Amino acid sequence: MMAGHRSWGLIAAAAAIIAAPLVLPGLGGDFKGSDDLGTAAILQARPGYQPWVQPLWKPPSGEVESLLFALQAALGAGFLGYVIGRRQSSRRDDVAGR
Amino acid sequence: MTGKAGPEHEDPRARRPAIAVACATLFRAGCSGGVRLCRLSGGKATLMHIMEGYLPASHAAGWFAVSAPFVVAGAIRLKRIVAERPQARMTLAAAGAFTFVLSALKMPSVTGSCSHPTGTGLGAVVFGPAVMALLGTIVLLFQALLLAHGGLTTLGANVFSMAIVGPWVSWAVWRLTARLGASVAVAVFLAAALGDLATYATTSVQLALAYPDAASGVLGAVVKFGGIYAITQIPLSIAEGLLTVVVMNALSGRAGMADEIGVLSGEVK
Repeated sequence: MMAGHRSWGLIAAAAAIIAAPLVLPGLGGDFKGSDDLGTAAILQARPGYQPWVQPLWKPPSGEVESLLFALQAALGAGFLGYVIGRRQSSRRDDVAGR
Repeated sequence: MTGKAGPEHEDPRARRPAIAVACATLFRAGCSGGVRLCRLSGGKATLMHIMEGYLPASHAAGWFAVSAPFVVAGAIRLKRIVAERPQARMTLAAAGAFTFVLSALKMPSVTGSCSHPTGTGLGAVVFGPAVMALLGTIVLLFQALLLAHGGLTTLGANVFSMAIVGPWVSWAVWRLTARLGASVAVAVFLAAALGDLATYATTSVQLALAYPDAASGVLGAVVKFGGIYAITQIPLSIAEGLLTVVVMNALSGRAGMADEIGVLSGEVK
C-alpha cells in the first residue's frame, strides 16, 4: 500500500515539473522544439546551410503529425498497461492459490 | 531525377564516401513523389534528435559505422535473453514500449522550448545496456520514417546518443549507486535521469564536431549547443527519472524490495 501512495506522489511531482513552465509567471516562452533552436545555431555558424537530404515523407500537417504522435504514445501505453495488468492478476492468483 | 538534384542539395564542403552518395541518390528517388509535400511543410518543428540532412555525409557515415556493431551486439544479446529466460519476454517488450511512449511525449520546459524524454533507462537497468541499442533503433526508425523526426542519414548519430550512450550511462549509474548502498528507487531514478542527460550531451558534442565554432572551435561549439539542449533537458530528465521509478514498481509489483530488478529480468523467481 505504501508503494502505491509513493507512486501517486511521484506521478504528481512529475506532472508539477511539466506544468510549472506553463503556469508560473516568468518562465516559459513560445515552446518551440529545441531542435529548432539547434537548427538556428547551425545556421548562425554556417549561414545559408541547406540540408543535403529531405525526409522521405513528412506528415502533411500538424494535425496528422499529432495523430501519429498520439498513436505512438497510445500503442506504447496500451501495451504497458496490458503487461502491468497481467502481472497483477497473476500475482493475485498466486496468493489465492496458496 | 538528376535534373531535380539541384545545387541546393549539394554541400560542397562534404566529400562524400561512395555509400553516402548511393544513399543520397536513393533518398532523392524516394523524395521525387513527395517533394512538393516536403516543401509545403518545410521548416516544421522537430525535436531533439539531429534532423535529416543536418550532418555532413562523412559524419553521418562515421556515426553509422560506430553504432552498427552495438546494434548487432544488442540483437544477439536480446536473442540470448529470450532463449535463456522466456519469462523475461514480457518485460523486454514493456521496456521497448516505455521508450516508445516517452519519445512521443513532447514536454514544455523552463527555457520555453520543448523536448522529450528518451525512456531508455528502464530497459538498461533491467537487461543491461546492450539490448537498448536495438530497441532504441526501432523507435528512432519509426520516428524518422513516419514523423520526419530525426532522420535516416542522421540515424547512426541519433542511435549513438539515445540508444547507446544513454543506456550505458544509465547502467553504469545504476551499478555504481546500487553498490554504494542506495535504495532501488533512488538508484533507478538517478540512472534514468542521468542517462537522459547523457543522451543530449552527446547530441551537443555530435553537432559541435560537425559545426565547430569559427572562433572557439569544437569546445566552444559544445558549450553553445550544450546550452541549448541541457537546460531544457534538466527538468525533463528529473520527470523521466520519477516516471521510470513508477513504471518499474508497477511492472514488478515489488516496490522497495531488493530483488525488484532481478524479478523483472527473470533472474529471480
